[in-house]
This record gives sequence, C-alpha cells and structure tokens, in this order.
Amino acid sequence: MKTPVQFRLNGDDVAAFAESGANLLDVLRESVGDLSVKGGCWQGTCGTCTVLIDGLPRLSCITLAESCAGKSVETVAGLRRGADLHPLQSAFMEHFAAQCGYCTPGMLMAAKALLDRNPNPSREEVVDAICGNICRCTGYEPIIAAVLDAARGDNRRRA
Amino acid sequence: MSVAVKTFAKLADAAGALSSERGARFLAGGTLVMRALNEADPSIETIVRSTDPNFVNIALSSGRIELGAGVTMAAILAERDLAFLHPVARAVGGPAVREAATVGGNLFAPSPYGDFAAALLALDAVVMLAGGFGQREAPLEEFLGRRERGSALVASVVCKRPAADAFRFVKVTRVHPKGVSVLSIAAQLPLASGRIAGARIAYNAMARAPVRAKAAERALEGRTLDAAGIAPALAVATDGTAPVDDAIASAWWRREILPVHLRRLLIGAGHA
Amino acid sequence: MLELRKDIFADERDDNLKEVGQPTQRQDMLGHVTGTSAYYDDHRFGNLLHLKVLRSPHAHARIRSIDDSVAARAPGVKRIIRAADVPVNLNTLLSLIQFGKDDEPSLATDVVRYKGEPVLAIVATSERAALEALAQVRVAYEPLPAVFDVEEALKPGAVSVNAAYPKNTFEYYNKYDHQKLRFGDADAAFAQADIVLDERYQMSPIEHAPTETNGSIAVPDTNGRFVVYTSTQALFFSLDTSAKINAVPSNQLHFIGGTVGGGFGGKVDTLTEPLSILAARLLGAPVRYRLSRHEEMQFGSPRGGERIYVKDGVMRDGRIIARKVRAYFDSGAYTRLSSYAAVKCAAHIPGPYTIPNVYADVFCVFTNRTPATAMRGFGVTALDFALECQMDKGAVAVGMDPLEYRMLNAYRDGDMKAHRREAKNCALLECAQVAAEKANWPLRDEFRRMSSRTGGGAQRVGDSADRTRAPAPAPAPAPSARPAPAAPQRVAYERPAAATPAHNVPPPPPRPPSPPPAAQPAGSTHGAPRFSSVFGTRRR
Repeated sequence: MKTPVQFRLNGDDVAAFAESGANLLDVLRESVGDLSVKGGCWQGTCGTCTVLIDGLPRLSCITLAESCAGKSVETVAGLRRGADLHPLQSAFMEHFAAQCGYCTPGMLMAAKALLDRNPNPSREEVVDAICGNICRCTGYEPIIAAVLDAARGDNRRRA
Repeated sequence: MSVAVKTFAKLADAAGALSSERGARFLAGGTLVMRALNEADPSIETIVRSTDPNFVNIALSSGRIELGAGVTMAAILAERDLAFLHPVARAVGGPAVREAATVGGNLFAPSPYGDFAAALLALDAVVMLAGGFGQREAPLEEFLGRRERGSALVASVVCKRPAADAFRFVKVTRVHPKGVSVLSIAAQLPLASGRIAGARIAYNAMARAPVRAKAAERALEGRTLDAAGIAPALAVATDGTAPVDDAIASAWWRREILPVHLRRLLIGAGHA
Repeated sequence: MLELRKDIFADERDDNLKEVGQPTQRQDMLGHVTGTSAYYDDHRFGNLLHLKVLRSPHAHARIRSIDDSVAARAPGVKRIIRAADVPVNLNTLLSLIQFGKDDEPSLATDVVRYKGEPVLAIVATSERAALEALAQVRVAYEPLPAVFDVEEALKPGAVSVNAAYPKNTFEYYNKYDHQKLRFGDADAAFAQADIVLDERYQMSPIEHAPTETNGSIAVPDTNGRFVVYTSTQALFFSLDTSAKINAVPSNQLHFIGGTVGGGFGGKVDTLTEPLSILAARLLGAPVRYRLSRHEEMQFGSPRGGERIYVKDGVMRDGRIIARKVRAYFDSGAYTRLSSYAAVKCAAHIPGPYTIPNVYADVFCVFTNRTPATAMRGFGVTALDFALECQMDKGAVAVGMDPLEYRMLNAYRDGDMKAHRREAKNCALLECAQVAAEKANWPLRDEFRRMSSRTGGGAQRVGDSADRTRAPAPAPAPAPSARPAPAAPQRVAYERPAAATPAHNVPPPPPRPPSPPPAAQPAGSTHGAPRFSSVFGTRRR
C-alpha cells in the first residue's frame, strides 16, 4: 500500500508515494532520488544515514517516512551553496577526514547539527556529537580536527 | 505484505487500536520498531502512533515527576529541572538516537538496552497505562515482569523526585564514549543521620529485564557509606540476577564486574 | 608533520622526490564531502528487483528436503533460484590462478557447512517481499556433528568439513597438507640453548565491518551483456569468477566498481555478483543483491582466527638460536583466501630476525565456521603478534631491554634467511634507533651504533667454536618453501552446450611451480632502481 509523503528537502518541496511503513532513508534514496544519504545497517546503530529533521540529527533508517510530513529535512546534498562548499566540507577536505567516504555524509550532518546550535564547541562536545557515527577508516581524529577547525573558521568569519 | 500505519490524536484511541488490530505494534521513537520493520518482522501488520501532546509532555510539580512515554532522551537533557536524570539520558546512544529513544520505548527494550528503565526502577516509578477504560497504573517492577505478555500502552511514567544528591547512575560499556551496556546500575540512596534509609538499587543487563537488587538494598539498610558499611551489600550484589551471554559480554563477566562497579558507585566518584 | 630521515643510507639515495613527502589530496575527496562519490548502490533503475538469500541456521547439516512451493506463490516473488539453477555451482576464488580445488558452492546442494551458508535465493519486487517469501520456505535439515577447533579438526576421526579436502587441510600441489619451512637443525639447537620458551597464541576471527556492506547490482545491457555495479575490491577477480560460475564468456560482463565503502579485504570474495548476475540473466531485469548488516557479520568472511605455537631456543647473551613455529589458520568451511594466508605466513617466518635454525609447519585448516579471507596483511599480522609477544617474553627471560633484544637478533645485509635468500636492504636497526630516539627510549651506545650494513652474512658466522650456528649456507638459491605463482593464464569459458549444471567439475591438474626468477642485474630500466627491493639493486 502506498502512502503520500510530502516534506521539504534541502529547501525544496518534495513528494513521493512511499510504501506504507517505509523509512525515510529508503524514501530519500529510492523514491525522491537523493543518493547523497547512505545506509550502513538499517538498524539505527551506525549513524551512516544521519540527516537533519527540523535542525535535529536523526537516523533516517529508523525514521518513519510519513512522520516527516511538513518537516524540513537536510542532507549532505544541500550543504553547499552553489559552487561554494560549506565550511565543514572544506575543513574535511583539508584535514583528510575521509578515506572511503561512506560515513562522511552522516558525519557532516552530525557535525552540522552541532555547529548550528553550538558554534564554539569543545573537543568533548565534538566527540559527543559524532559518537553515534561509526568510521572504519580514519580513526576519528582527522574528523574531530576538521569539525573544530570549521567552528574556528566560522567564528573568524563572523567576528 | 505492507504494514498499515494508523495515527491517533488521542492516546486512548491508540491504545484501543493496539489491542484490537491484528499484529499491532506501537511506534514511538523507532529505535526498536522501525528496525524490526526494516528486517520484515512478520509479526508486525499494523503500526499504531499517536500525536497526543500528553504523550510527549513533562509535568513537574513539587516532588512529583511525570514523563510522557513519548518523551525523548534529548527532551530530558533539555529539561534543566531533570538534571539528576541527565547522566542516564546522556548515556543512551549518540545525539541522533537520543532524539528518537523514548522513556516508554526503553521500558520494552530487550537486555542489554534498558538503562533508563533501570533508573526509573530505582526511583520506584509507576507506569500509567492507557486504555479505553481510562488510566490504570502499575508499579514498574511488576510491569517489567509481564511486559511480553500484554499489549499495554504506556501513557506516562510517574515517580517522586529523589532527595538532592541521593540518585546515582553508572553505565559500563566497552566502547567510549557511548556503547551498549555491559551493565548499568542506578541507585537511590537516601540518608537519615548519615545512614542509609530505604535504598533502591536497580541493574540493567543483569537479567532479561531491569531488576531490583533487593538483597543488596536490605544489606545497606542503616549502614554508612564507607568500605566497611557497604561490605555486606557487596557480598550479595549479584543475588537475584540472571545475566546472559550476549554479543556485548558474557554472563560470567557481568557477574564478576558488578560488585566492583557497585562499590565504586557507592563510595567512589558517585555520579556517572 | 612528516619527517623524512634522509641522513640514513644517505650515500644510496637519489633524492629527486617530488610526490613522496608532500601531502596530496585524494582525487575523490570532493565527491566524499559532497555525497557525490558513486558507490555501487548509487544507481537507480525503474524496474529494479531484489535478491535475498535463505541461509543455513546450522553449522553442519544435511539438507533432506526443501519446500519452496508456498514461497514461490508469495506476493512480489519473481523467481526462486535453486542450487540446480547455478551453471557452475562449485568454485574457489584462486582457481583463476590455478591455486586450489573448487570447493565452495554458490548455493548449497546436499550439505551445509557453516551457519549462514546460502541455500536458496528469492528474487522479488522489493526486499521486504523477498524476505517475507524466504520466511515461507521450509527446509528439512539433519544436523551433523560439527568441529570448530583447528587442532580438533586435524585429529584422526574428526568430522570432515569440506568435501574437496576430506582431511580438513588445504592441499598444496595436491600432495602436501601444510606449508613447511626447514633450515638448520632446530631440535639440536634447542638442546644447546640456555633457555627454551614455548608459548601458544590464539587470535579471534575479526570482522571487517565496513560501513558499506557487500552488494552488487546486475543490469541487462543492450547487446546481451550485463553491466554489474559492485562493491568489490577485486574487479577483475570478481568479473572472471562471475563469468565462470555463470558459464558465460568474461566479455559478456562489464564490471563497474570504483568507490568502495570500506573493504579491508572483506570485499574480495565475490560474494554477491554471481547470483545477482544469474538472476538478471534469468529475469531480464536489473537485480540488486545487498547484504544486510547481519549477513555482513554472519556470512561475509572474517579474517580467520589463527592458533600459533612459537618455541624459541635462546642463549643467555640474548641470541635466538632456534625458532619452531606451528601455525593453524582457521579457514572456516571453505578455502576462499586462507590457502594463500598460510603461504604468506610461512614466507614471513621467523620474522625479521636472523635465526640459524628454523622449523615451521603452517596449516590451512577447515572447520564449520564462516569461511575466512583476506584482511589487512592477513597471514602475517597475526603471526607478527605472536612473534613480537614472543620477543618480549624472550627479552624478559634473558633480562634484556626488549628493543635491544630485537636489535641483537635483527637481520643484517648478507644474512642468510631461513628461506635461503640473502637478506638485502635491511633497515630494522635504523628504524629501531629512530623509534627509540623519538620515544626517548634509552639504548646502550653499542646498539645506537649498530648498522644493517655491518655484522651480517660471513661476518656473523665467524666463530668456529659456535656450535649453535648453521653451517655456511649454500650460495645458490634453492626453491623456496613458497610456491612461485604460475604465469597468468588467459581463461576462456565456453558456454556449455547443454544447460546441465556442472557441480563437481574435477579441477585441472596443477602446473608445477616454475623456478624463482634469477636476481635482476644492477642497472635495471625500472623507474626507481635505487629503492627497488624487487630488483634488489639498492645495495651492492
């Protein structure tokens, strides 16, 4: 049975007919066509599928798609402004904070959720922000450094 | 093949659907039910939800705490007047999990999940059940003993605010900063003239559901919180537990380390 | 942050380095941070079908019967794929280089040999429909005794795990049930040693757990070929393996890999492509076969657990005069890459140390566990763990600093290795010295002055009264214990005339090993003559 799902994705209105009971990750990838969100477990345990819903970090694989009706969803596809990268994206590049890249979309969104609410996090706060995201390649340090650097860079720009 | 999703504005109607629809399961945050759906659990045919605002309400009056079953760990962390519960909420998953994991959901989470339920058990919580008949209540301990058998819908959980600094919690994990429990311990340690009066101790991941450590509680009665005072309680720390082997730890390991962590909780740093 | 110690071996360096030592951005980094790097699943097709597999719940069992009649009628089911549908239902990954017998079915026929082994596949319009249909399949199993311990598996009368290797060991050259390394006379040396250290080391299997699970999408192409998007790390291996199992010429398959969401060795076994391609061929539609996280843990290969016994004979002055190693690789139920792991292990013994008497037996053993494969230096990493723990214990036993103990025993240029090859381009001493410097680890002057270029070879075998040394080794290199790989073959697969599947095709006779290549003369035209240890021209 298909059910209509309508929400805002990266600032644009999107709609799809989703299988009743479908999760947001599958709706984004299979129905809406946003392949920037990745899936690692479909169990809510790895964080790879992290998106923002109304600014809060959420695991899209365990979020009922139809519960997003009318809400604002952000994925990594919406991070850059045109050709300009988001400071987090630039910082990840500069700090080699990705190797295979599969955890990166989820990491970026988890980091964005932190910086949007706390522009000047401590290292401990950055660690907590990404503690739900598994990375099998980098050992996390380059990611933590990138997030702290992006925060400092933002502060410099704002000052 | 497909599941039906039914959403109700009133919790009582959701409770009604839960008991009348075939293969019905209540969906709060999704950490348990969405996972089961993703894995095509054949026992789920209907998903029942509610948008009732009471379901996510936190009501704090003098000494009384009522947490809607849909209150998330993140909402607990955002509530300054629930600071004593923050160590528990913070220990549940990462930030995204905390936005989904609910008070009610944790009451049904299988071992070794159940940290928040253990905390509520140590707080002598009472569950308020929703149904067409109006609200019914049940002590949490009794509810945990029969949670698999019914299709009850928990509307909220009620407990008394503990005395200042009387509540302690520790979660033991292998992965830091967050990980699934090897075990966790919640304790309410009221003092009268420097001696324990009416301790409550609850364990998570030491049995199929969170359990009270009644032997340890009795052994603490009237004792002082020092090495000599707690020794009898440590000797019976694992009484009444039935830990299992799982992917996180073996039953043997859990039994070995429980007294160590209980000792540290009672006379060590205290708060997690 | 990267420090290049160009002062070391300075007279041998040609420092025209342009890239080494400079950070360089990954070519796919922009794709990673924008979510545009294309993994195999980042392709969409309107009529995509989904393949899921029914797996054995038993470690070892006979399949008595399979009733899939209800499942076949389940909503959304397009096709059930059974063992008899697989054209070539027995394979081993390294058959492509003629190494090993075909031993692993894509779908089990009469026996299942590990928990998680594929039994049957269902292709349906959604993953959910496929999973629900799988739940309707009734398989009658007769559980059999199982063996999970490598040494138990080698005892007479042990449960036989793998039909191609009934004695539970891989066979090298169809004859030898283990890898063997012999150098000098270890037993005589143990009798002379001041201290004998006999230890046992045990590794657990390790799961790669990449954040992206194994998977592939096979898509019918316009000209009768199939395009296959895959997570594989081994594109050509996977293509040829899939061609063999499907009995199609390899030019019928167009494999597109690219960005792998974490491999670490766990994406070399061609776990999903053969069946996704078969399904696409049978249904004329794109088919995705994606492992769930649970399947990745249970069915995806781990690095196998190894059990390693190391016995050292040590003199009071710290010299190791004998080392005996007995290693067992737990290959699980089928070979995959464990046969090669045992070879690498044998090639690595006794570690980077000059030991005049070495005796090693390395077994690749079959048990009723998930078949093991490559992972991050497999064959060597666990052995090194065992050897280095043993080195620490040896240092304690003789009362020596653990770093100095290693340096005393380290290879120097000119030493004869247990494999009867002269040690060249040694640098363990220099690495140890720099590490000690960085860690503020005190080293005695004598050790700070040691050099890989002195003290090796003839100089080491100077003391005629030293009975613990092996006689001066023969100059001509004898065949090493490691089989040289056969020359690469172009493999042509003919489409069989009849559609009957060949289950137990006898393996082709193995080629005898070709002799090892003669050492290249100095002045090779290779681009990096100075530093090429392959050509051995770095040091004279």
